[in-house]
Order: sequence, then structure tokens, then C-alpha cells
Amino acid sequence: MAKIETTFLDFTYLDLLAEGETAVHRLDPRAKVLATAVFIVVVVSFGRYAVAPLVPFFLFPAVVVARGNLPAGFLARKLLFVLPFVLLVGILNPLFDRETALTLGPLAISGGWVSFFSIVLRSILTVGSALVLIATTGFTGICLALERLGVPQPFVVQLLFLYRYIFVLTEEAVRTVRARELRSCGRRGKGVGAFAPLVGTLLLRTWDRAERIHLAMLCRGFRGEFHVRRAYRFGTAETLFTLGWVGVFILFRLVNVSAILGGWITEMLQ
Amino acid sequence: MHMADALLSPAVGGAMWGAAAGAIAYCSRKVRSDLDNRRVPLMGVLGAFVFAAQMINFSIPGTGSSGHLGGGLLLTILLGPHAAFLVIASVLVVQALFFADGGLLALGCNIFNLGFFPAFVAYPLIYRRLVVGRSGGGREVAVTIAAAVAGLLLGALGVVLETVGSGVSALPLSTFVLMMLPIHLAIGVVEGVVTAAVVSFVRKARPEIVESVRETRPLAPFPMRPVLALFFVAALLVGGLLSRFASGNPDGLEWSIARVTGKGELTAPTGGLHGAVSSLQGKLALFPDYRFKQPPAGPKPGDARSGEAERGSGTSVAGMVGGVLTLLTALLIGFVLKRRNTSG
Repeated sequence: MAKIETTFLDFTYLDLLAEGETAVHRLDPRAKVLATAVFIVVVVSFGRYAVAPLVPFFLFPAVVVARGNLPAGFLARKLLFVLPFVLLVGILNPLFDRETALTLGPLAISGGWVSFFSIVLRSILTVGSALVLIATTGFTGICLALERLGVPQPFVVQLLFLYRYIFVLTEEAVRTVRARELRSCGRRGKGVGAFAPLVGTLLLRTWDRAERIHLAMLCRGFRGEFHVRRAYRFGTAETLFTLGWVGVFILFRLVNVSAILGGWITEMLQ
Repeated sequence: MHMADALLSPAVGGAMWGAAAGAIAYCSRKVRSDLDNRRVPLMGVLGAFVFAAQMINFSIPGTGSSGHLGGGLLLTILLGPHAAFLVIASVLVVQALFFADGGLLALGCNIFNLGFFPAFVAYPLIYRRLVVGRSGGGREVAVTIAAAVAGLLLGALGVVLETVGSGVSALPLSTFVLMMLPIHLAIGVVEGVVTAAVVSFVRKARPEIVESVRETRPLAPFPMRPVLALFFVAALLVGGLLSRFASGNPDGLEWSIARVTGKGELTAPTGGLHGAVSSLQGKLALFPDYRFKQPPAGPKPGDARSGEAERGSGTSVAGMVGGVLTLLTALLIGFVLKRRNTSG
């Protein structure tokens, strides 16, 4: 119960973050979508045992979080919440892959553990960049970017519609769950028998709502597309942002920055 | 069931993105030409309904655990395959962005696994074929369960193939299949029961909703051509990309050859198949060997891409030191920028 409401609150909070007024927020959504897409592809393009070469990629989310004035603690908490699912699959790697991949003094580390850490890093980076994207761009912005990038219009309209009514319907569901909670002692009334009418009623109400919405839309001259107030332009700032970051990602992909830096340090210490 | 980016390779992720994008384009065209625009708000609101319905849990008798509705099959029954596919895809986009349920690169895989199989395989081939007229009752429940199970099992199989094909997880194919299929069989049964219960409730209260959907859909036999074409393209893409991986990996090929010659009966069925398929099998067959392989004296039988593993321990230590330092630097840059941001 409490979990449902925090999930919902997190959702609204992420939505609110996109209302920020920083330079990152003001960028054309296309620039951010493209940069994030390249980022994710480059990060997952590393081999199974890559750990050190992945680390420099933290620069991108770190800079965007800072410039976009996002709450780093909140995003970190969201990440922690997601990690267990990936760890569940990743933790099996050490069981199946026992070749010794590297030795640290007396300690032999198997390939499985190396790839496990690689998976952890990958998931932090990919999930983190997706969260940063939504927190600086907002869902509407992303949808507009998708439409300009060639996604079919019916699908974009579907996304925008879905998003608009998630808040309304989830609030209704939270109320329903709370009402059931108050009337059911222990686990009574939580079986499939009571679930079907509960969800069925919600479905019927949803259906009626859709008809009302349709009538209201017809009254306002709906012709199958959405209009938005905010006009975006792919200008110099956007070009610089996209090309700059893509360049950085390619550089990090080709050059193992961590190894070079580490090489310098260990040489200096000797 | 939602796949994450961390376990995917760009080749598999990209191929599945292509397949999903093709399916979305096809369905969008179909929806635009077929449906009156009364359905536009209905699709959107039903997508939001899936989110809402997933917040309502029910307890599963006998297990003490609780579940929630998946909604793929329910949407398909209410909207028909094309519109339902778009709705499921849109739900997955929102889940990926806001709930980090599945990654952005994995979105293609997830749309395919969770949308394509229920909407274009389970619904037309099982549900539509076997639910005849206004049946209701036991037959309909059984068919709904069968459709839900089929959709989920195919989806789970998709997850397994995409993960193993990506080669980030070291799980052998057989183990992964044994892990995924029983769980999804159980989930499918629950999903089928719940879907049938909701559909029958809706039919009792407002019969015209379920019936009208069924009647407005074109009653012509379901066009299998686009489905097969899509499968073919996806198979080609995945197979081609995987075989490129496998052929760039002499260790893997050597292993698979040794394995195949060691078990003579395996060569007969695989011998005549397409090259892409056999190299896919070679790629898959190399995973079980991880367990039994003794540490050899020669070069390590790790992946050809494992630059890290091939090097001596000296560079590894340097890599770790450098990695920690780089991480600190990246975070420090962020921190400094943040300070400037808030003060300025």
C-alpha cells in the first residue's frame, strides 16, 4: 500500500523535475534523445569483461545532473530500487564462469565476477541516463522528439494520450486499493473473486471516460493530432551538445581513459 | 520479464529495435486506416488503465504471494491486435522511462516479447480460433488461459534467446530456459484466469463492449504474411549479426566443432541447416562448456572480446586504480558544476 503511493509520488516528482528552467532543460529534446541513445549503445557495446573502460562514462550523467540541477540523491535512490532485478541475473555469472581473469596479489578473481561488475556498471549507466533524460526533457518533450525523428504519428498520439490519463487513472486505482484495504481484514477479499469486479468496474469507468473525452475533443475540433505550445528549434546549442557528447563517447570507446590514468599513477608511485 | 540494457549487446538490441519499429509502423498505418477516431482516446485511456490495474494486487490462493494483471491479452481482446500492440508498446515506453522497468535499448526486445506474442500470435492463433460465438463459461476460460500461457512462454523464450545471444550473461541456454519457462507457465495460468474473469465481468455488465469489438474487427482470416515476414526479418537480423560475432571468435567455433564431433548424433540434424542457424547453435553450445572446462595452460578460452582477461595482472591493477580515479573525477566535475549552478 505504502509502496504503491511512493511509486506514484516518484512518478509525479520525475514529471515535475522536467519543468526545470536550466540550459539543459531548454535544449531541443531531439538533442538529448540522440545523445542518450548514442550513450546507451556505446556503453553496451563493450565486451563482457569490460569494467575500467566503462567508468569514464559516468561523466555524462554527472554533468547533466549538475547542469540540469537535478536531485542526485533522489536519482540514486531510484537506481538502487532498480538494481536488484539486474543483479538477480548477473549474480549467476560467477557461478558459471570460473576462469581466473585477473589476480590481485594472492586474490584470484574469476571472469564471472569481472563480468558481474561489468553488468552492475552497465545497468547504473544505462538506467541512470534514461532517468536523467526523462528528468531533463519530460515525457511530452520526448514524444515530440520522437515524432520529429520519424516515429509514426498514431503512436506518438497514443503515447501522449496514455501519459495524460495515467495520473487520473492511477489516482483512481490508489483510491480503490485504499477502500478495499479498509474493508478487508487480513487477506480477506483480496482473491481473484473480488479482484475481477474491482478491475472490471475500473475498466468500465475508463471506457465511459474515453467516450466523454472523445465528445469533448470533437467539440474542440480534434483531427487526429496534438498541438503544443512550446516550439523547439535545433540550433547551435543543440548541435554542439549532440556532437560534443557523441565525440566524447567515441573517444571513451576507443581510448581506455581509466587504464591510461591508472598507468600514470602506478608509474609515479614506483 | 522486462529486459535491462545491461544484459544486451548492441547487435541484438538493435535488431529487435528494428523489428519493433517495423511492427509499430505497420500497426500505426493499420490503425489510422481502419479505425474511426473515436478509438484514439479509447486506446490512450486503456493504456493508462493498464497502469492503474497493475496497482491493484490480488492474492494467489495456496502460495501466499500476490500478483497483478499483465494486461497484454486483455487489451488485445478489447481492442484487436493492431491497436493493442500500439497500446502495449506505449505502456512499455512509459515503464522504461519512469520506472526504469526495462532499458531503452532493450525496449525493442520488450515490445517484441510482451506485445508481439500476445497480440499477433496468442490472440489470432489461439483465442480467435477457439472462442466461438458468445460462448462464455468453461471453454472460454480454458482458451483464455491457453492463450495467456502461450503468449507468456513465447515471450520468456524470447527473453532467453535475446539474453544468451547477447553473451553478456554467462548463463547456459538450458539452465536459463529451465529457470524461465516454469515460472512463466505459472504466471500465464494466473494471467489467463484473471483476464477471463475480467472479460466475463465486463460482458455481464456491458455486453456490447466485448461484442462490438469482435464485430468491428474484419472477420477475414488473419493475414499471416506480415507476421511471417517480420519473423523472417528478425531471424535474419539476429542470425546474421550473431554469426558475425561467432565467426570473429575462433575459440567458440573450435569448441563447437569439437563438441559436435564428440556427439555424433548432433551433427545429423544440424548439418543441413542454414549457416546462420548452425553458427547460432555453435554460439549457444559454447556456453555449457564453461562449467566443465578445466583451466588450460594456453590462452584463456574467454570471449574474443575480453580484452581485460587477456592482459597481465599489472595492467589490471592499473585499470582498477584508473577506474576509481576516473569515477571520482567524473563525480567531482559534476559536483563542481552543481556548486556553480546553485551559487550562480
